[in-house]
Amino acid sequence: MPRITMTVDGRAHSDDVEARLLLVHYLRERLGKTGTPIGCDTSSCGSCTILLDGAPVKSCTLLAVQADGATITTIEGLADGDGRGRHPLQEAFHAEHGLQCGFCTPGMIMAAAGLLAENPDPSDSEIREGLEGNLCRCTGYQNIVRAVRRAAGALATTQGVQS
Amino acid sequence: MTDTTTPQAQVGAPRLRKEDARLITGQTRWTDNLQLPGLLSVAILRSPVAHARLTRVDVSAAREQPGVVAAFSGADLREEWAMGLPCAWQVTPDLVTPDHWPVAVDTVRYVGDAVAVVVAEDRYRAADALDHIDVDYEPLPAVVDLEEAARDETLVHPDKGTNIAFDFHETHGDPEAAFADADVVVRRRYVQQRLIPNAMEPRSVVVEPVAATGSYTMHSSTQVPHFVRIFMSLITGIPEKDLRVIAPDVGGGFGSKLQIYAEEAICLALARRLGRPVKWTETRSENFQATHHGRGMTQDVAIAATRDGRVLGLDVDLLCDMGAYLFLLTPATPLLGRYMYPAIYRFQAHDFRCRGVFTTKTPTDAYRGAGRPEATFAIERIMDDLAAELGVDPLELRRRNWITEFPYTTVVGLEYDSGDYEAATARATELFGYDALRAEQAERRARGDRVQLGIGISTYTEMCGLAPSRWLGEKGYAAGGWEAATVRVLPTGKVEVLSGTSPHGQGHATTFSQIVADALGVDYDDVEVIHGDTATVPWGLDTYGSRSLAVGGMAVLRAAERVIAKAKRVAAHLLEAAEDDIEFDHGTFRVKGSPEAAKTIQELAFAAFAAHDLPPDLEPNLSAEAVFDPEVFSYPHGTHLCAVEVDTETGHVRIRDYVAVDDVGKVINPLVVDGQVHGGVAQGIAQALYEEAVYDAEGNLTSGTLVDYYVPAAPDLPEIRTDRTETPATTNPLGVKGVGEAGTIASTPAVVNAVVDALRHLGVTDVPMPCSPERVWRAIQQAASERGGTPPSGAAATPEGGQQ
Repeated sequence: MPRITMTVDGRAHSDDVEARLLLVHYLRERLGKTGTPIGCDTSSCGSCTILLDGAPVKSCTLLAVQADGATITTIEGLADGDGRGRHPLQEAFHAEHGLQCGFCTPGMIMAAAGLLAENPDPSDSEIREGLEGNLCRCTGYQNIVRAVRRAAGALATTQGVQS
Repeated sequence: MTDTTTPQAQVGAPRLRKEDARLITGQTRWTDNLQLPGLLSVAILRSPVAHARLTRVDVSAAREQPGVVAAFSGADLREEWAMGLPCAWQVTPDLVTPDHWPVAVDTVRYVGDAVAVVVAEDRYRAADALDHIDVDYEPLPAVVDLEEAARDETLVHPDKGTNIAFDFHETHGDPEAAFADADVVVRRRYVQQRLIPNAMEPRSVVVEPVAATGSYTMHSSTQVPHFVRIFMSLITGIPEKDLRVIAPDVGGGFGSKLQIYAEEAICLALARRLGRPVKWTETRSENFQATHHGRGMTQDVAIAATRDGRVLGLDVDLLCDMGAYLFLLTPATPLLGRYMYPAIYRFQAHDFRCRGVFTTKTPTDAYRGAGRPEATFAIERIMDDLAAELGVDPLELRRRNWITEFPYTTVVGLEYDSGDYEAATARATELFGYDALRAEQAERRARGDRVQLGIGISTYTEMCGLAPSRWLGEKGYAAGGWEAATVRVLPTGKVEVLSGTSPHGQGHATTFSQIVADALGVDYDDVEVIHGDTATVPWGLDTYGSRSLAVGGMAVLRAAERVIAKAKRVAAHLLEAAEDDIEFDHGTFRVKGSPEAAKTIQELAFAAFAAHDLPPDLEPNLSAEAVFDPEVFSYPHGTHLCAVEVDTETGHVRIRDYVAVDDVGKVINPLVVDGQVHGGVAQGIAQALYEEAVYDAEGNLTSGTLVDYYVPAAPDLPEIRTDRTETPATTNPLGVKGVGEAGTIASTPAVVNAVVDALRHLGVTDVPMPCSPERVWRAIQQAASERGGTPPSGAAATPEGGQQ
């Protein structure tokens, strides 16, 4: 079995895995990172989106061995700290009622993080296009768009203060 | 006493949700997250064919595969079942209810029917072993088309002798006379395509046995943990007392988790046989086949009216797709809709017939709205068609016919307690800019614009808050419709609410906290809502039919009122006053005329707990249970308006504006209400424009994955503009109605009416759902050829691309 090494939410892991093991199963079942859920088997829904070396990736489309050496951020590690802190996107999804059942939310937030990294000030239609690979069945996306817009504003303010 | 400032009213405030903290940080409890020592993984072999006799199911090779613990055929498991999967609603005395075993024993009847199961050390090895099960399928003919099924030439259940599960007929008033007297009769056939609910969380079941005691804990991604416990006990024979069912975080349901599923029974039986914990989690593609579908109905509708636009009679004849078996509420779903065909209009006569037919497809059952979206679609579509026939504005036709005085008993015998259709419509048309859009439409038509504007109207009502138990009993349903709650003030003054209805996205923890905070005069943050576990909340009838607030919320309120009554006795005792002299306001009990003599509810909770000095017969706690059984339904209503732009050359539909003005009675939390409307409208738009479960003639589900079945993404849906009118329900103390299904019920006809309205001047009278570019384009072509003319310029070209 191949041995893989990766950093997940700031912690280094090294494990022997079956070559066919999906990254999302490695995260959920080997590392206990159940914050990242699985919504489909065709890479259509985006529920399992994580950041791989900073870029949003559907973790069901990748084998764990393909992520060897990578740095991965999941919803559980998006904010600094110990599960108590919140990233501006997490705050914004809460503040705008951008979730109902919450199953798509981790993927939606991680995809939005990728979107904002690329385009810090997206228009509403750019947000909608940017999240096209993530399905939500509860919200009609309306408050998700508002949440991403709000987070973009919050991040711009933070970065403005820092620079 | 403790000095307290008067807290803000919580009911009506846009409180941010308590549920969110865990969900936004990934600290969730989805069933599939559960890991247990020695947990085994279950995989299910499903039929790849629609209809076949199983002449051989050999699992012996699968048993030899690495990591495999056990494998069973349907025959191997047959002795596990004391009964099959249930249908709980006897809609007619002669309802045909075929045996429905969790794993097929000798015949498979739809693609996805379970054939055999494997239990292995992990999900990969379980899936691998499925390839080593040897099955001989002796093909039997599929029957897919509803009318073909109704002819009984190919039987899904030959032992029953018919595919007709039920034939329900009801007449109100004198429809024959109404149609004979009418100046105008419009007849239409509408088709409600099959839909796949697609809650984002796939279903998952985990069963943990305690072999020594024969007791079991089941986690299931279900809307109905209490139902599951009762029926699992009946199906497996495990005493109810030995079975605990937990619905932890549940990721959406929309009716698809209002079910007693084979996989729940299978996992329970496997845990019993093996004495080890087991888990099954469906893949999305498995969900498409094995989780029930929604809609699936052909509607023949006729409306009779006078020349001046007064409706007289309504004739409805439905042919409904049951699929291969009757699931929990399969036959009841279309019949729940039957009360809604006359909608908000003053019909004097109504004829209603509904037949349910078996086909070799996945069973149907409740999907958001459950019969009411279908009914609302039919009536709102035909009102538009009647308006076109009469040459009046469709809004004006509705105005001439809608109910204006309440209470009003409709032609089918429902008493609407409240409503104001004029007010909701006035607000909607104002927000929408109705007159300006009509003017633009006329201008575009005159100009022969390639992109035409259409305006769609839906003035809907619905019945929700399921349901009065007595009514359910009269209609043949096995259970009641009450809901239960417990409210307890803990010794330290914090409050626990136990709710029999459990959420899967609706926000019960937030809205119930708001109700209890106001009722008891405690901090919103001091209230904790507990649900979804039959061990901690033993009584409940669960979540469906927009009942959680209108029924469950009333039980919560009633329990809180009982707590107050109890606290008042303690206060009177401690303050040495008569109980009648105690006033309660914002969490504090005072003696009338002596405001300094007071106790807070927190002080009384501790006093009750300590029990040092209580009235003689008072039990030492501030805790109360309550059950609420509604006497009637609640009737939300509203006016939804949709503007679409239709490209007459490509058939592409773009929603330009969508306005939803809903009257859901008293609003507990406007954020939550708006969210429910957004999501509901989105699902209704999805039916109108995007989604369809497609079967080929052999019964293969060709839209079998999320790649082939188009669940709309963010770019596919518009911004929805919402507003409300508020006509409180008169039938419950909070004046609330229900909101979970309203958006879905209202929106589908609004969108399709808009599409047809854009093209009506071209001769188009209908576009079948989903109104894909191809279907819109074909409708334009067909109308043009029927008129003997040519389609709009350029529209004769073959459209590019497929449906989406």
